[in-house]
Amino acid sequence: MLSWIFNANPVVQIFTGIVVFLIIATIVSRSLRELRVNHDYTELNQRINSWWAMIAMFGFALWAGINASIIFFALLSFLALKEYFSIIPTRKVDRRVLFWAYLSIPLQYYWASIGWYGMFIIFIPVYMLLFVPFRMVLLGNTKNFLRSAGSIHWGLMITVFSISHLAFLLVLPQLADAPNESSFAGPGLILFTVLLTQLNDVAQYLWGKSLGKKAILPHISPNKTWAGFIGGVLTTAAIAAVLAPILTPLDHRLGLIGGLIIGVAGFIGDVTLSALKRELGIKDTSALIPGHGGILDRLDSLTFTSPLFFHFLRYNAF
Amino acid sequence: MDIINKTLRLFFFVVIVRPIVKLVIGLNFRNRPELPSAGPAIIIANHNSHLDTMVLMSLLPIHLLAKVQPVAAADYFLSNPIKKWFATKIIGILPIQRTPNTDDKKPSCNPLEPCKTALAAGKILIFFPEGSRGDPESLSEFKFGIAKLASQCPTTPIYPIYMHGLGKALPKGQFILVPFFCDIAFNPPLYFSSTPQQFYSELKTTFNQLKETVKVPSWD
Repeated sequence: MLSWIFNANPVVQIFTGIVVFLIIATIVSRSLRELRVNHDYTELNQRINSWWAMIAMFGFALWAGINASIIFFALLSFLALKEYFSIIPTRKVDRRVLFWAYLSIPLQYYWASIGWYGMFIIFIPVYMLLFVPFRMVLLGNTKNFLRSAGSIHWGLMITVFSISHLAFLLVLPQLADAPNESSFAGPGLILFTVLLTQLNDVAQYLWGKSLGKKAILPHISPNKTWAGFIGGVLTTAAIAAVLAPILTPLDHRLGLIGGLIIGVAGFIGDVTLSALKRELGIKDTSALIPGHGGILDRLDSLTFTSPLFFHFLRYNAF
Repeated sequence: MDIINKTLRLFFFVVIVRPIVKLVIGLNFRNRPELPSAGPAIIIANHNSHLDTMVLMSLLPIHLLAKVQPVAAADYFLSNPIKKWFATKIIGILPIQRTPNTDDKKPSCNPLEPCKTALAAGKILIFFPEGSRGDPESLSEFKFGIAKLASQCPTTPIYPIYMHGLGKALPKGQFILVPFFCDIAFNPPLYFSSTPQQFYSELKTTFNQLKETVKVPSWD
């Protein structure tokens, strides 16, 4: 049993580590709830439960192969875009435009699946940017035109373009100097990006809870503090420096920088979605995951970390 | 023939309707679900789209499917043989004669009579008190029929359900389904008491309250 773990590829090892860690975390949080009845651990328990769900889904998608994973991320984009269109003000006449916006999802993930980087990287930022207002012009209604064109494209960028970078991690070319065939392959890169983004959320939360005093953005997220932000970013950078050589082609130094990028970008993604929800006067983007809110609430940091870390990685290693 | 239709009905709801409702549309429960676990019962809901019936029928467990009958207008759904087969055998509607607005045409029988018969047989009826789908995402005036039916079946529980979003996903007169989440607000069952007039205003108040619990972005 143990020798299997030592001989397995790094992704399986880290995955096993996460599962063990989650088992311990679950036991600790359950005991805390029993022992300290006067404290409210609902949020902690919910976070751990949602971690279990995410680990199960990512594990399944990665185990089922590249195409299954790409379909899985396309589905995440679809759910996120649907949540976005359901919470923002839309125009009746734009129903058909929104339909086209949804159709960009299979195309964008198709470009990723065939590894056509040139098309993948400009399809939504250029072609959809031009197509959405063109289709709206054909509808002939100018009331709230700019608001609508802008908000439809912003949603596509956040929920489809950003998230699809995770899918493209799977089709990055095999590196000539990789130690063996499975090294630095897509699953490891995805695991690194998603794991560090989530760890960053947790680290910022824990640092904020224990040391946080001064609010960093009081008008957007009153619970986020300077201590949480700095402690979280440094923790993420340290873990990234350790894990990068195992899961990615980056060395300790570049891994540290990658971790700083993920830490800062994750925070910005989180508060950006908070700002959107605050404007719309809602707490959660949907009630899809009982007790946890919607998909967009879960993906908020990832919408910023995945493209930024992807390009950092691609520039430095591929 | 009946067994084929029943199998097709089950297939239609399990393989086509439920995946579309759960994945393409997606349901947001705004509070704890309050649904009948057995017949007889009446579910009343606001009406914006053909999807309303599909969503309401997906809320109930599949073993109740045989008991569920959406009450629908005979003149609209029985207008041609294919529509009639699909409406009565696959969707399983209970067709009723809409009361004509003019006095010169009297309904051939009391439109509520089939509803009472179905309830006596332990069915779960889906009833849209607004009558027609009307303007998407707006609550129009209720017809009085539901209050009359309730007064004649005072022991039947009536479950009010408010839905938002389906009028955007598939409004009247459109054929392309555009995915939007459907927000759903439930209410504990109501029972008829006192007079039909009072019950009618109780229903209206309940729906206006349910409408308030769903946060709705503007749709202009």
